[in-house]
Amino acid sequence: MLNYIWFGLILISLVVGAFTGNLEAVTNAAIEYAATAVTIALGLIGIMAFWLGIMKIAEKGGIIKLLSKAIKPMAKILFPNIPSDHPAIGTMLMNIVANWLGLGNAATPLGLKAMDNLQELNPKKDTATNAMVVFLALNTASITIIPMTVIAIRQELGSANPFEIISTAVLASTCACISAVIAAKLLQRTPWAKKSDPNRKDIAEKSEVKND
Amino acid sequence: MIDSLTVATEAVVQTATVIQESGFVTFMKAFSNLAIPFILFVTLILGFAKKIKVYEVFIEGAKDGFDVAVRIIPYLVAILVAIGMFRASGAMDYIVKLLSPLTNLIGMPAETLPVALMRPLSGSGSLGIVTELINEHGADSFIGRLASTMFGSTETTFYVLAVYFGAVGIKNSRHAVAAGLIGDFVGLLAAVFFCRIVFL
Repeated sequence: MLNYIWFGLILISLVVGAFTGNLEAVTNAAIEYAATAVTIALGLIGIMAFWLGIMKIAEKGGIIKLLSKAIKPMAKILFPNIPSDHPAIGTMLMNIVANWLGLGNAATPLGLKAMDNLQELNPKKDTATNAMVVFLALNTASITIIPMTVIAIRQELGSANPFEIISTAVLASTCACISAVIAAKLLQRTPWAKKSDPNRKDIAEKSEVKND
Repeated sequence: MIDSLTVATEAVVQTATVIQESGFVTFMKAFSNLAIPFILFVTLILGFAKKIKVYEVFIEGAKDGFDVAVRIIPYLVAILVAIGMFRASGAMDYIVKLLSPLTNLIGMPAETLPVALMRPLSGSGSLGIVTELINEHGADSFIGRLASTMFGSTETTFYVLAVYFGAVGIKNSRHAVAAGLIGDFVGLLAAVFFCRIVFL
């Protein structure tokens, strides 16, 4: 799917750019954004290293396992294919909580660590597992408790009550999150998604389907 | 039926007022500020108690930081270049024109459509649009509040996909894009719905 979207975005840009005379701007944007991507990625090094270091201690100290056990019932529903004492559950929980608290700087490194743990269980390393897609759904449509960035902008631009959008944002983001997870769960049953499932043999077994 | 809908609406509005007046924000801010020190404290104390060589283990884990960041680069370049080109081409204006008849149907001001379309693609891009709208219409106008809610209620889907899958080298993302975009779409509809209830 990303193949089509990526192709579509670039094709539309070139065609529309040619018609509107923006072609030079389009080319410049390509060069500029390629550089931006590297800046963003390299900017992650320090914070990544810090959190990966802390997480290693947490892992060896048994905290991650403890967290995994604590949310066993919830994890079984969301991630039926992951053993309930696997560290992936604990790191995913930490990422999700960090997201909800608006700790963006911690959430990304924790999320990437969780992806790393999920990848350990993946028999086909270049293809996303169902668990990864559900986890991504929880991240791309994360529940927001306090949308700090936009509140700051509202404050700056003279809102009488910059915080008044919290209730609407919490409600809307909760709807988004629940529907993204449900969508991930429903889409994984389509023949198209099943065909590329790295764990497809397990899923084909009837006993597994019943346990779902 | 209508009765229960009125009751539900009333409940949402009341919850909104309670959330705003109860010091919930102050509490959450304090909680967020304490979360990281708390995690560090618990991790180090427990690690130390288990006789783990915390410094050495930290270094061992931190070594991977560079690799992960570098591994993300090709994925992020691919996504950001496509999005940058798309933004620069001005195609968004045409898509907005094409879709604007639909926005009226759901009671969404057409001005906020660019926020909805840009949000999954670019965090800074959509924040720029929100800022412009607030500048033009005021932070406390319906458009300003709706745009703020839309921005606050979802993430930059394509960025998250590129970074998370990039970090572990996943090329085939399967149904992740679709699930993310469905989440964005529902979030957008919900933002319009709840803003109309609370602010109109």
